[in-house]
Amino acid sequence: MILGIDVGGTHTDAVLIEDFQVKRKTKVLTNEANLLDSLLAVTTELFRDEDPQRLERVVLSTTISTNAVVQSKIDRVGMLIVSGPGLSPTDLPIQRDVHFLSGAVNHRGVETASIDPEEVGRTAGGLQREGIRHVGIVGKFSTRNPQQEFQIRDLINDHLRHVSLGHRMSGHLNFPRRIATTYLNAAIWERYQKFVKQILYFVKEQGITVPLYILKADGGAFDINRSVDFPVQTILSGPAASIMGILSMVDCAEDAIALDIGGTTTDIAIFADGVPLLEPFGVHIEGHKTLIRGLRTRSIGVGGDSRVQFSDGGLTIGPEREGPAAAFGGPFPTPTDAMIVLGLTDIGDAGKATAAIQPIAAAMNVSLDAAARAIFDQTCEKIVHHVRAFIEEINNEPVYTIHELLEGKVLKPTAMYIVGGPAEPMSTRLGEMMGCPASLPRNAEVANAVGAALARTTAEMTILADTERRILTIAEEGLQLTVSPRFTLAEAIAIAKERLRERALDMGAKERDLEIEVIECQEFNMVREYYTAGKNIRVKVQVKPGLISTLR
Amino acid sequence: MTRTRKTGLIFFPAFDWAISPTHPEREERLLYTQDQVFEEGLLDFDNIIEYKPGLATVEDINRVHICVPDARSVITESHLISAGGAITAADKVLSGEVDNAFALVRPPGHHAMLVVHGARGFCNINIEAVMIGYIRKHYGAKRIAVIDTDCHHGDGTQDIFWNDPNTLCLSIHQDGRTLYPGTGFHEEFGGPNAMGATINIPLPPRTSEDGFLYILEHAIQPIINDFKPDLIINSAGQDNHYTDPITNMRFTAQGYAMLNERLKPDIAVLEGGYSIEGALPYVNVGIILAMAGLDFSHVKEPDYNPTSLRESDDLKRTIEREAEQIYKLWKNRDALREKAVGQAKYVKRRKRIYYDTDGISEQQEETVRVCSDCGGLVMIDSIADTGNRIYAVILSAGACPECRHDGEEFFALTNPGRYQHVYFQDRDQDIFRVK
Repeated sequence: MILGIDVGGTHTDAVLIEDFQVKRKTKVLTNEANLLDSLLAVTTELFRDEDPQRLERVVLSTTISTNAVVQSKIDRVGMLIVSGPGLSPTDLPIQRDVHFLSGAVNHRGVETASIDPEEVGRTAGGLQREGIRHVGIVGKFSTRNPQQEFQIRDLINDHLRHVSLGHRMSGHLNFPRRIATTYLNAAIWERYQKFVKQILYFVKEQGITVPLYILKADGGAFDINRSVDFPVQTILSGPAASIMGILSMVDCAEDAIALDIGGTTTDIAIFADGVPLLEPFGVHIEGHKTLIRGLRTRSIGVGGDSRVQFSDGGLTIGPEREGPAAAFGGPFPTPTDAMIVLGLTDIGDAGKATAAIQPIAAAMNVSLDAAARAIFDQTCEKIVHHVRAFIEEINNEPVYTIHELLEGKVLKPTAMYIVGGPAEPMSTRLGEMMGCPASLPRNAEVANAVGAALARTTAEMTILADTERRILTIAEEGLQLTVSPRFTLAEAIAIAKERLRERALDMGAKERDLEIEVIECQEFNMVREYYTAGKNIRVKVQVKPGLISTLR
Repeated sequence: MTRTRKTGLIFFPAFDWAISPTHPEREERLLYTQDQVFEEGLLDFDNIIEYKPGLATVEDINRVHICVPDARSVITESHLISAGGAITAADKVLSGEVDNAFALVRPPGHHAMLVVHGARGFCNINIEAVMIGYIRKHYGAKRIAVIDTDCHHGDGTQDIFWNDPNTLCLSIHQDGRTLYPGTGFHEEFGGPNAMGATINIPLPPRTSEDGFLYILEHAIQPIINDFKPDLIINSAGQDNHYTDPITNMRFTAQGYAMLNERLKPDIAVLEGGYSIEGALPYVNVGIILAMAGLDFSHVKEPDYNPTSLRESDDLKRTIEREAEQIYKLWKNRDALREKAVGQAKYVKRRKRIYYDTDGISEQQEETVRVCSDCGGLVMIDSIADTGNRIYAVILSAGACPECRHDGEEFFALTNPGRYQHVYFQDRDQDIFRVK
């Protein structure tokens, strides 16, 4: 039996899953002030006739980190940056409490300027005087050589609560994003670790002793104890939970579209050959561009409660929502009201819906039905337009080899899965417009909790081997090993897979769920003075986002 | 991070293409540039937009080249992509989607001449020229200035537009007496109908930041101001860098960025540059930042030392004299034309062209109809030691009725016989015929 909980902004959903079937489900309003209250409410409800001892695992998706960032409930962070040559410091993302230090590492991971310990000491003294106890240390190209980040940490570590190191956040190259990600990680660490302590206490109280997992933005779960130092990974896990939930409810092995149509917005996600797509670099949150691995979603300002207006001879749908649909006492006509008028759904007060659409019909000089039809069609069209644009954007993503440019994969969705309030009345029309069959997953109202419950543990690993320098660097682990000059791509892949396996197991993965794939592998001859001096080997492997085993 | 100037970036490092495994033009060439561009997060700026390159077509190539025996047999897919990348850059700029664009693509093209028997100077087709042909076909007649800042003379671009008075080909490079391809002197000044539209500025070895920027201010910019182009294209070779392994100049990332900032090209296209670790990552980041109007003052090579790179006083004086001479030459272009052409109706020149990359030798005889109304009519008889001999009749863009009449007649009257093929390239009406 698995317990999946998604603490969302409005509702907290929870499910008990047995043999991959939803056995019980429940939904309560989230108590933002005290998330434990919401957890207590759902678990009490679910375990009324169940034995917590039969649980195999618990997975939690929570807004704690997201809210900390959105509501600025964060700590002051001292950022120690080793920038080296390149972008101007004024163009880097974080500006407050930032200290630029001497030192530099180049693209090959070679140190080109050294750290000045005295300068670091002075800076640390300054932090202490300012009362700053949370620090982020980020070097340019630190994923290629983490030594300078280590050196600085070792010089300042005395009086601090927490230090986040840039190279641990992600193996991707992107210095400004590394800074933003490291900053956020350090800024929410205190609040998050407090939350983890409370949760651990709470589950103990509940008599739950099985492993407890936290959902990440990439739709993977990791052991809560391992999450403490990487709270930033748990940002935006809510949308990921829903997408994983949809994946668990359908039998999808092809290119497909997933839509979550809410009141205010519609979220779009894409599956490529049945696997949810990830953001190419990382997710965005509150204006921060990060390296947080996350599922690729697009949120558009159209939903069931979008305000409908007719002006200058045209209809507009959204993007603002001014309240619920008129049929539920809202102030303005909405697509939901149009669907009620058309008889596509029988929710709400049909009289109020009609009264709201009537003025639009009059302004358009058409019948009530025709006006409702126009609103409904335009709502569907708007969604389809954005879905098409999203797919086109993905298909037009730059590639860097002739092979990929000429023969790279092109997304051609052949299925569409729709969840959310207006999913049922809209599915047929959306399917017609997209030219692919639309279906409604079962238990869709708790897709988020189911997604959390069934998410497998995911991880990524980035390896660079430079046989001229005889160094192999594992970016995410901050590890550098010596290799022979004859080291090969095949050996690099083998090491990457083995290390990833260990990392994923350590994060709480089960051996049977380790679906490891090579997502990047390149080998370049390094030629100096017309002779081959070595090889530059680059490998990236991941545990595919997906569900725990036997359920695909 | 919102800026007013939008810059398009077409980045195509062709990580699966090389001339040969240890050739400078190999897979690794833009690897560290990609690392640096990614690590600096340049693609996250709202005003830097990355585009996938389109594919150039054979028609695009035939607009500016006479390929022997045909375009397909002298190119690979990689050439269609790098020329396509330049075309994408042009489309984005001319459609107004961006304000300027940089095609950071390979393989390069500026040594590819009008007639193509094979590869020379690592180039098969001239990607800027293909782009210019495309621009004129799709966006109308334009006066275009190509400023070639590669360390090697842009002899291919010069050859293709030798007779075109509407294309200024200005190349600034290391003195041809000391470097491949051994050309690019003052006396190469354009064909009889386009004198002054080809300008060469050879610079002495060891020219550095001050020297390049002096030439820019005192020769290049005044000439551009007189020429009044609709578009400025920069053939942005990066081998003037002090770390380049096959040249002897002392230019820097700061210098390249400043040059770009002052030249303000609408489109920049990468050409050579083979210091793949020490120069390209920094130079390219500098150029991208300069084009996007961002602060590039911190872009410096790790071993950058302006004092050790400074020119001697002697060198400075040489460069100052050079700038003065060039501008005088340009001012005298009409008088020079009188003197060179006189009353002649046709002007002939003979050329020998060596294709170093493919080891082919070509001999060419070019005949130009002197015309005061257009770029005239050009006829080329070309024989290569591959055994191929061809004849080509070329009408320039904006060809006058008389040149057109004569050109069509020459093509009609010339039969293959001793020629493998006879080509008709009508750059005015975009017609290409082969018999």
